[in-house]
Amino acid sequence: MKISVQREPFDLGSEMRVFSDPRIGAVALFVGQVREVAMTLEHYPAMTEKAIRGIVEEARGRWQVMDCTVIHRFGELQPADPIVLVAVASAHRGDAFAACEFIMDYLKTQAPFWKKEAGKGWVEAKASDDAAAEKWNDLVLNKKRS
Amino acid sequence: MKVTVRYFASLREAIGKDAEEIELPSGISTVARLRSHLSSRGGAYGEVLAERKLVRSAVNQDMVKPTAAVKAGDEVAFFPPVTGG
Repeated sequence: MKISVQREPFDLGSEMRVFSDPRIGAVALFVGQVREVAMTLEHYPAMTEKAIRGIVEEARGRWQVMDCTVIHRFGELQPADPIVLVAVASAHRGDAFAACEFIMDYLKTQAPFWKKEAGKGWVEAKASDDAAAEKWNDLVLNKKRS
Repeated sequence: MKVTVRYFASLREAIGKDAEEIELPSGISTVARLRSHLSSRGGAYGEVLAERKLVRSAVNQDMVKPTAAVKAGDEVAFFPPVTGG
């Protein structure tokens, strides 16, 4: 498992090479990138990695996750620059897809990052992001009920 | 008793500092009470920590609810809802 909070770009090819365990049958990989406007990403260094680790642990408790990489960048970024990478390796695609989406949804609402757009100011949090993270709780509740 | 208070993003900019050590008056034992104590300083503090504002908090680098306890030596952070990813 790898968690990295870094200023530097990442390379998808080299990040993929760690998933060489022959039992891995699926890697779901999400990359988020800067849309349209240059921005600066601030974070809370002492907390960021801890928060991401907690989210990944939660995902491991819910799905069969064999390996996982989360990289989140901070600092100044230009349009089309990659910001975040979430890669989840599992035996089968179902677990890999679900855990990858779960980690992204929780990163959006739980990891201490803040975007400031050049010439526009601080980005406001979206209610839709809270709703996206909430839906996983509903899923668990529904499972428990049925 | 002393705590370290940290501010991030728009709160940091408005208040004009990223951290400060403050002496907790007796009776202030939760994040919500610390927030209203700071808010009562007025000025930028009163503005960004006002009750109507959406502010998240963390104690010792864990995101917490306003009812969370605060004790001597803690690091308490106030910040706007996060926007990473």
